[in-house]
Amino acid sequence: MDPMESIKQTYFQECDELLLAMEEGLIAMENGEADSEAINAVFRAVHSIKGGGGAFGFETLVSFAHVFETVLDHVRSGTLAPEADVVKVLLRAGDTLADHVAAARSGGFVADDEVKSELSALSNAEAEDLSASSADIDGLNFAPVMIDLDGSATPPQTNGNWRIRFVPKAGLYAKANEPFLLVRELTRLGTVEATPDTSRVPSLAALDPDESYLSWNITLKGCEDRQKIDDVFEFVTGDCELDIEAIAAAEPDPAPAVVTIADDVVLPAEMGSVEAAPTEKRSVAASGGAETQVRQTIRVDLDKVDRLVNLVGELVITQAMLSQRVTDYSSQQGAAVTAGLNELEHLLRELQEAVMAIRTQPVKSVFQRMPRLVRELAAQTNKQVHLVLEGEATEVDKTVIERLGEPLTHMIRNAIDHGLEMPDERVAAGKPPEGTVILSAEHRSGRIVIEVSDDGRGIDRDRVKQKAVEKGLISANENLSEEEIDNLIFMPGFSTAGQISNISGRGVGLDVVRRNIVELGGRIGIGSTAGKGSRFSFTLPLTLAVLDGMIVAVGDQTFVLPLSHIIESLLPKASDIRSFGAKGTLLNVRGGYVPMISVAELLGIEGGVTDPAAGVVILVESEGAGRMALAVDNIVGQRQVVIKSFESNFRHIEGIAAATILGDGRVALILDIDGLVSRCRDGRRHEMQQAVGA
Amino acid sequence: MDATVNQTGQDRRQYITFLATGQEFGADIMMIREIRGWTETTALPHVPAYVRGVINLRGMVLPVIDLKARLGLGMTAATAKHVIIVVNAGDRTVGLLVDAVSDILTVSTSEIQAVPDMVHENQNEYVDGIAVLDGRMVTLLSMTKLAASLGADKGLDQAA
Repeated sequence: MDPMESIKQTYFQECDELLLAMEEGLIAMENGEADSEAINAVFRAVHSIKGGGGAFGFETLVSFAHVFETVLDHVRSGTLAPEADVVKVLLRAGDTLADHVAAARSGGFVADDEVKSELSALSNAEAEDLSASSADIDGLNFAPVMIDLDGSATPPQTNGNWRIRFVPKAGLYAKANEPFLLVRELTRLGTVEATPDTSRVPSLAALDPDESYLSWNITLKGCEDRQKIDDVFEFVTGDCELDIEAIAAAEPDPAPAVVTIADDVVLPAEMGSVEAAPTEKRSVAASGGAETQVRQTIRVDLDKVDRLVNLVGELVITQAMLSQRVTDYSSQQGAAVTAGLNELEHLLRELQEAVMAIRTQPVKSVFQRMPRLVRELAAQTNKQVHLVLEGEATEVDKTVIERLGEPLTHMIRNAIDHGLEMPDERVAAGKPPEGTVILSAEHRSGRIVIEVSDDGRGIDRDRVKQKAVEKGLISANENLSEEEIDNLIFMPGFSTAGQISNISGRGVGLDVVRRNIVELGGRIGIGSTAGKGSRFSFTLPLTLAVLDGMIVAVGDQTFVLPLSHIIESLLPKASDIRSFGAKGTLLNVRGGYVPMISVAELLGIEGGVTDPAAGVVILVESEGAGRMALAVDNIVGQRQVVIKSFESNFRHIEGIAAATILGDGRVALILDIDGLVSRCRDGRRHEMQQAVGA
Repeated sequence: MDATVNQTGQDRRQYITFLATGQEFGADIMMIREIRGWTETTALPHVPAYVRGVINLRGMVLPVIDLKARLGLGMTAATAKHVIIVVNAGDRTVGLLVDAVSDILTVSTSEIQAVPDMVHENQNEYVDGIAVLDGRMVTLLSMTKLAASLGADKGLDQAA
């Protein structure tokens, strides 16, 4: 990749994070929790996006961000109160900024005139207040700087000479800033003469090591642009007193005792000591668990992490292989070796979990995109929607998160468009006019459960059934349970045509959601009460790299069944197995009959147990088809396996989810139970059609 | 032979040649990752017969193709003496089961002839050309086309 391109990539990655931070801050403001920290976070995010965008020449983005930033600055300086209507404009501006970033990334055009003029209106309305109040704002206020940004920037009256009085406060050092570096930065703008003012330094006995006593008088010559000076001090404005004024040309140079700062100047001793102490204080504060404690993170190339994950996977396999060998050749010494191996297994499992944890991220990154979607949908449908996010901190594998966005978007669309009623309908039904959509995530027994629920009208089962009959998905006289009817909405080709709007029903059905979730190894649950609302829950694995599986033998082959789908295993009696029709078989499980299929027959494996009564039956729960009994030869064991995809080297085979490598180094296939079942059903249907045709 | 000597290095390529039912085939050496002995494969369901299954190549699950069967020359009765050529072609890594590796040949472009038009063989889809050297005739196979054909649904479902 060309270096500029990779820097750009990094910029866009940062943009994603910054946009999230911005959204978070804006929502806090919307909820009335607009503390200065939240406002600052929003401001910083927009400012950084603008700064980076400028470096890459994204002009439309920068000009929009600039207008946005100006308004935010007014909010920050307190001249514009973050009231509801202001925040509303800010939220829309945030959405538009996100659009600009997307457009900068992948091309395209964003119409921002409307939002822009609303923003300008806000900033102009406050401009008078600002100029009025600027009299009592001392030099460390940011506002004048931002106004400078607006037009042609440079105040005309200067001849490039400036007098700067710089008085750092203790807080400046506590944030690990360094006056020397700032002054050195000034030397890049022109000739600098800096005089330290030591008048405030007390006697040694009275000296408080955490306090700041030194200040500087700086004369800068040859810098035309005031903005550049402000930029140097940008990050310390809150923590120092700063006076910058232009010197008239005729004025004689002040400061008799001058220290010319050059790059190699050694710090004065007292400056070093004054500064060293706050550093110590800072580390104490950090270990003391201050609430502002920031977690340290590093950005790592995902490939590196994946390589680590793979290596650990190999290690787990090798360990399993060793254990098996030791068990096979066990002797007197065997016990000691086995104990050691058990220890190793524990460590490996821990190592594996730790490595997997590197790949996990909070679901927040997906959830944060939803408030915007809800705002847009609410506006389009004229419905009032309140979105509640729960469990945003729940951590899931990155891959899962990436592939969660689309189905969640779909479900939220569905909830707002089909689920929630219009405000007047709601009031008539005795509900508050504002509908609530809850998006939640939680860990539940080793899986993550994500739920989208609404308090709308619920699934209209009669209508769903009627539509399904119209579409030919089911026959009119088919007797379906409520659960089966609910599941119909996930069938390909199902769309309640009467409800098509430009939001849902864009030709992509909920079957896509189902497919996405199934591809992630997840399942969908539906709960609905007419008039009270509906609830859709996605149950997903925490990671796509490992799986708890049951190892079964069929003929001379070994397969892995995902434990998540298994209900129980049993040894069937010959009397429990009943033929059904020409080829079907049913198994009596404590009085209930479930369809039974032979894995050997389904996968065309020869040499296995042909009489199911001689083998083992595993009862599985499949998506869409309910319970099924899978007949296998016997159960080998149960263990965690590392999932190895072969689709990239070959192609997808229906009924096979992936492969894994067993302890003996051989490849075993992981069965995709839902795929198997649908394959089996399709086969049956095909046969039935043939029979009917004959 | 003269042609080889006169050629400049840049349009010469090296090919690994291997035998299958007496015919000699060549594969671009740059595509070959490694050559290993035959190991029992794990069969895949619902795939054509020429897909022998998958093996564990140091942690990677590698599909193995019976080259002879793929070219319509009949199934290989694999023994420990047979070899699997591991090919990196495009995005895919696949194994090719062949009888034996025989030689490494340096072939220049001028020695490669197009496939005669009138020959309509199953294999033509995967043939880049024919190299004629000292009276030997080597069929040069395109590993990329061969590997890419695996991903296509066409023909793969015939056994299903």
